[in-house]
Amino acid sequence: MIQAKHITKKFGRLKALDDVSVQMNAGECIAILGPNGCGKTTLLKTVLGMVMADRGEVMVKNELVKKSNWQYRRHIGYMPQIGRYPSNMKIADVINMMKDIRQNSNLNEELATAFDLPALSQKKMGNLSGGTTQKVSAVLAFMFNPDILILDEPTAGLDPLSSEKLKAKIKAENDKGKLVVITSHILSELDDLVTEVIYMQEGKIIFHKKIKTLQEETGEIKLSKAIASILQSAEK
Amino acid sequence: MMRKIVKYVLGDIIRNKMVLVYTILLFVISLSVFNIETNTSKGILSLLNIILLIVPLTCIIFSTIYIYNSSEFIELLVSQPIKRKTIWYSLYFGLVLSLSLAYIIGIGLPALYYFPNAKGAMILIVGLFLTWVFVSIALLIAGSSRDKTKGIAIAIVSWLFFAIFYDILVLFILFQFQDYPLEGAMIVLSFLNPIDLSRIQLLLQIDAAAIIGYTGAVFKIFFGRGLGILICILCMCAWFLVPLWLSVKIFQKRDI
Repeated sequence: MIQAKHITKKFGRLKALDDVSVQMNAGECIAILGPNGCGKTTLLKTVLGMVMADRGEVMVKNELVKKSNWQYRRHIGYMPQIGRYPSNMKIADVINMMKDIRQNSNLNEELATAFDLPALSQKKMGNLSGGTTQKVSAVLAFMFNPDILILDEPTAGLDPLSSEKLKAKIKAENDKGKLVVITSHILSELDDLVTEVIYMQEGKIIFHKKIKTLQEETGEIKLSKAIASILQSAEK
Repeated sequence: MMRKIVKYVLGDIIRNKMVLVYTILLFVISLSVFNIETNTSKGILSLLNIILLIVPLTCIIFSTIYIYNSSEFIELLVSQPIKRKTIWYSLYFGLVLSLSLAYIIGIGLPALYYFPNAKGAMILIVGLFLTWVFVSIALLIAGSSRDKTKGIAIAIVSWLFFAIFYDILVLFILFQFQDYPLEGAMIVLSFLNPIDLSRIQLLLQIDAAAIIGYTGAVFKIFFGRGLGILICILCMCAWFLVPLWLSVKIFQKRDI
């Protein structure tokens, strides 16, 4: 579904992505992990065409990502790390605008109901708490039944209950054969979701492994411990 | 798709009270000028001087700030299946439509009411051109600089340059090189300033020979009235198309 080949992106002198190649397939749930500023978000943004790579190419569903190609984005639902919305629009306005733009009759509004958003629909985006804004982002990402879900720190601002609801939704969509790409700092909550792990550092992919392989190699069941043990052995 | 996004941009601008205030301001100015001045040409000239300052100032500052404040809206849309060009042009048309409407209601209609002839029409056209040009320049500024404060500062300096410093510069050159024939240079110089172009265009129309100014007089001698106006209009078109086109190129390459 997503293929990146030799992506390099520099911001001034900083190399945000350094010759990154990666393949992601339908039905996988991939966690991209790594310290702050390692290029996770930049990688996701190059897939979305929000950031243009200096070198290399990205294919999404066999379509090349470039300036003149925008149609491929209909396959993607994107939940940004910090969703920023026009502050004078109401929740309902934002959702209706997206429906208007995406023109997709196959709507999936389970998440909106689960988060009880209809009750808040007349609130202005500018007055929402960080968590509620996150909920709107999540609802928009899932609403149009995209084949690819790109979730940047999806549970960062959510309360535990909403976070569980979102995880259940991610799992359900993943089970339908959709590709889910998640970045997160909180490793413990990814345990029961993820099928593959990509670990990045300083713009490079350090490893890309199936979670089973990772568990077998390290003898650890918990994702956080498995990764810690791999990183420790790499240091030696 | 463009129409849909323009609709949202327009809705947003109209909810913002600034454009309404601008419309009322223009309306008050035009009514007071038309009612005080009994002499037609004098009335138009007083109005012209106000238009040439206020319209560019409002358009460039309001549009620059508006683009910076729409960063959330832009961010939201670029991750959706929409062409970036469509987003950018929608912002342009939204701004241009609302500011043009404000001008038409505030000055265009009163002008046509008091001067239902070519002079009134010219006031309308000149103001609309100025609106399109300065919104276009604002988009170029806001597209090129990520820093809002810097962008607004550049917008203010651009306005000061076109509205005030440019004339001082031209006078300075005239004075320094008064021993040489400068007609050709003056024509080229007037092409380089949309405000000068508008002034010449309007003055050619109302035939105020005495106050047409140096560049205006040269223009008239060089091209005659009809051709002069045509050339002015072509230049004004270039003045809003080129910055707009450049700003689209920049926006398409920009990392969001």
